[in-house]
Amino acid sequence: MTEQILITGFGGQGVLFAGKFLAYNGLLSGKQVSWLPSYGPEMRGGTANCSVIISDEAVGSPIVSAPDILVCMNLPSLDKFENAAVKGAKIFIDSTLIERKAKREDVTAFYIPATRLATDAGTPALANMIITGKILKETGFGTDCIEQALKKVVSAKHPELYEKNLGAIKIGYNL
Amino acid sequence: MTDKVLMKGNEAIAEAAIAAGCRHYFGYPITPQTEVAAYMSKRMPKIGGTFLQAESEISAINMVYGVAGAGFRVMTSSSSPGISLKQEGISYIAGADLPALIVNVQRGGPGLGGIQPSQSDYFQATKGGGHGDYHLLVLAPASVQEMADLTVKAFDLADKYRMPVMLLADGTMGQMMEPVSLPEPSEVKTEKPWAVTGTKGVRKHNIINSLYLNPEQLEKTNVERFEKYKLIEETETAYEEFMTDDAEVVVVAFGIAARVSKNAVRAAREKGIKAGLIRPITLWPFPKKPLLKAAEKAKAFISVELSMGQMIEDVELAIKCSRPVYLCNRSGGMIPTPEQVLSAIEKAKGEN
Repeated sequence: MTEQILITGFGGQGVLFAGKFLAYNGLLSGKQVSWLPSYGPEMRGGTANCSVIISDEAVGSPIVSAPDILVCMNLPSLDKFENAAVKGAKIFIDSTLIERKAKREDVTAFYIPATRLATDAGTPALANMIITGKILKETGFGTDCIEQALKKVVSAKHPELYEKNLGAIKIGYNL
Repeated sequence: MTDKVLMKGNEAIAEAAIAAGCRHYFGYPITPQTEVAAYMSKRMPKIGGTFLQAESEISAINMVYGVAGAGFRVMTSSSSPGISLKQEGISYIAGADLPALIVNVQRGGPGLGGIQPSQSDYFQATKGGGHGDYHLLVLAPASVQEMADLTVKAFDLADKYRMPVMLLADGTMGQMMEPVSLPEPSEVKTEKPWAVTGTKGVRKHNIINSLYLNPEQLEKTNVERFEKYKLIEETETAYEEFMTDDAEVVVVAFGIAARVSKNAVRAAREKGIKAGLIRPITLWPFPKKPLLKAAEKAKAFISVELSMGQMIEDVELAIKCSRPVYLCNRSGGMIPTPEQVLSAIEKAKGEN
């Protein structure tokens, strides 16, 4: 089994962080993983995406050009990457920020008002982890390792963020 | 080896260098290599090492020259335009027979180019780069694990042969994270009786120099250095072969291009095409022998590169132009897709 994941959005939405969490989650579940960011001069506001591959075998190319799982956290990303997804792909869409539906009929789209849910929960920056929680629910990826993986990616200097991230994952998971 | 952690390739280089006993790092920031310097700036002060952001790349490489002469493990890192600036110093280090590690996390060129991954410094790395008769040992990692392992190997080879070694990576290798088992810290055991460490009034002066005004003497040093290079070609060539035993189409690729190509070779096999991959791990010395051997069965070769076609010349030379060699490439920071490589394999199969 090889899952090719592409997470896309604006810089500052935690696209890379969500990818890093999923990669660690895969690693701790005994899988082979890779994580590759689009890197560029933009820090906040520009487009950002990252490729994550979780596989039972050694990862070949770390670049995801045809995702099995596509996360879109803004409209330009959905416009750009919808057609790249494989047939049968799962597409996760932040429906607070993206008004349109997926055009493809051969994919399964999940509409999650992640930015609104995150704001309601008092953690407006954690829409990324709400979507991540939904991904874990819909795919069954490494659900035993969530807490362990989160500890790896949340800075030890900010332990209070651990609970907030875990809370956001739970919101998404329980949708 | 330690437990696996997720790490960027650039960070893995830095941590592996420290494990290999490197305590002196001189550099100047440039994308997509900056994490090496950033990591060193955090770690070196904590372990009694030197991190120094020089005023320029030229200055940094000359600091490397000085510390190498004093017999310590030392490195610098940069990306393509910065590596061009270092070339004079690299030639001096080669001319003075000093061990040092130079890391190039390549980006697109020429000129300032772009910041996306590239392999277009292949000629510069393997054919000289600076002036004069010399080679660098050039290692090409294709995973974050190899970024770490080849860094340690680079220091060992540099000391063993008293010569500068280049780790030739690219932006993808530098920026991607993969699980890595970091090497255990090791004691540096190489004796360096040639180092300038002070005579303490008991021995004759050691002289580190690359200036020989007497042409006969300069020729002699060059001839001796090339005898060493010959030995290195015979003993240190490294490569990986993948499904080459019966391969009719052999793909040759290194670094990120090899990762992409491996997917394509697998896909070709699924379609019943006998494809294989030879991945040079040392770019100099280039793995000529396995290529020549593969040419006995292969009908065609494909050089997959993130450049306008540079390694392809070494592929043609290695197989003595006995088979057609096709180029499958992207340039300027673009990366070939597995589908592009697969269609190149199908085309090569169809034409031969």
